[in-house]
Amino acid sequence: MPEPLLRVATISKRFGGLLAVDQASFEAPAGRITALIGPNGAGKTTLFAIIAGFLRPSGGCVVYDGADVTGLPPHRLARRGIARTFQIVQPFAGLTVAENIAVGAHLHHAARGDALAAAAAVARAVDLDGQLDKPAAALTVAGRKRLELARALAIEPRLLLLDEVLAGLNPSEVRDMVPVIRAIAARGVTIVMIEHVMQAVMSLADHVYVLAEGRVIAEGAPRAIAADPKVVEAYLGHGAAKRMAGEGTHARS
Amino acid sequence: MRALLPILVALALLAAVPLITGSNVVLNFLVFVLLIALVGQGWNLLGGYGGQYSFGHAAFFGTGAYATAVLQVRYGLNAWPAVALGILAGAALGAVIGALVFRSGLRGSYFALVTLAFAEVLRIVASVAPVTGAGVGTLIKLDLRWQALQFQSRVPFYYIILALVAVSLILVHMIERSRFGAWLVAVRENEDAAAALGVDATLVKIGAMTLSAALAAAGGCFYAQYYLFIDAGIAYGPWISIEALLAPIVGGVGTVFGPLLGALVVKSLGEATKLLAGDAPGLDLVIYGGVLVLVIAFAPRGIAGLLADLRRLVLRPRRAEPPAEATRA
Amino acid sequence: MLVAALMLSPTILIPAILNGLMTGAVYALVALGLTLIYGVLHIINFAHGALLTAAMFAAFFANRWLGLDPYAAAFLLTPLFFCFGYALQRFVIGPAAHGEDRNILLVTLGLAVVIENALLFAFRADTRTLDLPYGFDTIQVGPAFLAVPRVIAFVAVIAVTLVLWLIMHFTDTGKAIRAVAKEKLGAELAGIDVAHIYAVTFGLGTACLAVAACLLIPSYYVNPSAGNAFVLIAFTVVVLGGMGSVAGALVGGLFVGVVESLSGLWLGESLGQIGIFVMFILVLLLRPSGLFGERA
Repeated sequence: MPEPLLRVATISKRFGGLLAVDQASFEAPAGRITALIGPNGAGKTTLFAIIAGFLRPSGGCVVYDGADVTGLPPHRLARRGIARTFQIVQPFAGLTVAENIAVGAHLHHAARGDALAAAAAVARAVDLDGQLDKPAAALTVAGRKRLELARALAIEPRLLLLDEVLAGLNPSEVRDMVPVIRAIAARGVTIVMIEHVMQAVMSLADHVYVLAEGRVIAEGAPRAIAADPKVVEAYLGHGAAKRMAGEGTHARS
Repeated sequence: MRALLPILVALALLAAVPLITGSNVVLNFLVFVLLIALVGQGWNLLGGYGGQYSFGHAAFFGTGAYATAVLQVRYGLNAWPAVALGILAGAALGAVIGALVFRSGLRGSYFALVTLAFAEVLRIVASVAPVTGAGVGTLIKLDLRWQALQFQSRVPFYYIILALVAVSLILVHMIERSRFGAWLVAVRENEDAAAALGVDATLVKIGAMTLSAALAAAGGCFYAQYYLFIDAGIAYGPWISIEALLAPIVGGVGTVFGPLLGALVVKSLGEATKLLAGDAPGLDLVIYGGVLVLVIAFAPRGIAGLLADLRRLVLRPRRAEPPAEATRA
Repeated sequence: MLVAALMLSPTILIPAILNGLMTGAVYALVALGLTLIYGVLHIINFAHGALLTAAMFAAFFANRWLGLDPYAAAFLLTPLFFCFGYALQRFVIGPAAHGEDRNILLVTLGLAVVIENALLFAFRADTRTLDLPYGFDTIQVGPAFLAVPRVIAFVAVIAVTLVLWLIMHFTDTGKAIRAVAKEKLGAELAGIDVAHIYAVTFGLGTACLAVAACLLIPSYYVNPSAGNAFVLIAFTVVVLGGMGSVAGALVGGLFVGVVESLSGLWLGESLGQIGIFVMFILVLLLRPSGLFGERA
């Protein structure tokens, strides 16, 4: 079996007395979409921050493309091909959409003209090409999410970490984004996504890991996860699985 | 090349001034305006484009000034290499302070504070160290030959400072259109997001600081040659730190012409004040401080920002949809 | 080497330390205002030095024109400067800055320039001192002869710190201030008028300066840049003791006072000043949260 592009091995992160991530491990095979789900506060974003180099783990290691990249700073990881989006979108507010994306494009294109051309191409891929000259601050929430995605794509990553890229979107906006994400994976980019919007997870993910209280409590295909009583308990509380089984309801969200 | 047109036009207009008037008053005034525009452009690179507000740019100005003066007076070096070394010294200081400060992750108010502290330390050292003449200061010997970078008339000085300002305008213009500039602005807007896109924020900031310091030091070197006397208060005093930031803020931070516009306005204000209220010490700085507060309160994007707003207001009725302004903040 | 050995003798060391403590107390008071403003408004008040200078001029002229003894003038000037600080924050700094961090820096800097140079313009650069009857009195403590005004200053600072602490913990306003410092949004939602509290805090900081000025004036000189010397030291104290920490300001102030006194003993005055700035820079570079403070 080929080595996965990303292997996270028993990562732990302690903040003072709080153990935010507890020996979490997962793998992201190349070219696949892997989802990380779990209730709020489960440590998913902390895990992303560690993988992307914004936090140092208290234990464990991150192996990317066969190399141990634990603790490398974010810009080095970006140069190796790891891109991330932020849960709370962080546009460069004073710049236009094109200029925003160009910052990412500049990683592989030194000349301004090339970077802007590459930015335009990426914008087309995420359906933002009509708004290239708009100031980033003037975009809607959906627009900003797309911008976040576009910027990350502009650095031509091999691994894309999406942190709740669908949060805050209404159902029709979600429906529009899903094929965009699928198209990115189809081009060979490995995707790891944190998501709460279950319909997207169901339709996109090849494999799902469930985090609760910092630990991976379940993993498997999306349908299997949805039926797993441990997962139901993590989201709905102790005894919920039994209750729901008793009421004859199927745990599909 | 077309993009350089505004710069070339401005330079041509300024270059024509000595051909129109022989007035020493006007030339003196413009020389000082251009000097502030130069140092201000240095500040602008780090503060306007980089978003790091230095309150101690005197550190670089003064180092350039003292290096130029001391190398000539104490080591007999010719003026031209002394100036070159002065600029290098300023740049080196910028790189060192930048490395120290940005590696430690200092930003915002802390950054402003620490730059203030560095400038103050240098001022105190210069006021007691024998090599800088301690309290008495350093006097460059009068030697009115071009070989010693001194001239009888103001006109050659005018063209020299104009040339330096030209370099600074073109430099910033080129940076605006370069990868370094895109990265610098990204770091200003959001350092974490920039890092996630592969930008080595620390290196970018150090680079900006080095260039910024070089420009400020160039101003200092020029000052030393033009006025032939410096002391700790002149070289490293708060006056230049304040003028260096006031000009770009009034003119428009993060724009190519901001410092020049701002220097013109601020200095004109200073002259007007002197005309109305005499040469009382401190009054001009009172006005400057007041202008700073007023600009921040009512026109934070400075004159350039006001002009851009005006343009938008004027152009809007002619089109169906208002043009999306690329806000070059 | 012999000189260094002589310097270590207790007859020289103890007075140096005691003098350092007394100077440090005033540093602590100045720093207290600064740290209060930072802890609540989260701004570094670059106008602090100029405000201190203004207070010192006020104390000076209160004596010259009104014949008020500085210690008596304190009771007049403290409420006056409280109002001045309140007005500054409420009507100038707050509105002008539009809430942006970078702008606040510049506005306080602008104010500093205006105040300091207005004083320069009005009163010229001459250095003035007050000639008070008790100005040179000393009392003896062990091997040391301590200047009376400085001993009074030390005691007064302790008293003011106590009063401030009582205000913070036992009055409604004090509790509101601490609430805003901890969690501004929550305080706002609980009905606290944040703009008012900000202004009150700034006023308290300025009031501290008024007291400090009155305590300094009997033994110190006044000129338009007098405040600056203290303020960079106050910044050092605040950064050392921790931004926002009252205890840190007190301990830090005393510490810095002693360090300055001892290094002045061995290195001479100018280099002693440099020593403080170098310490300041080092603390900023190595541990900006200080010894007591929270992560800034």
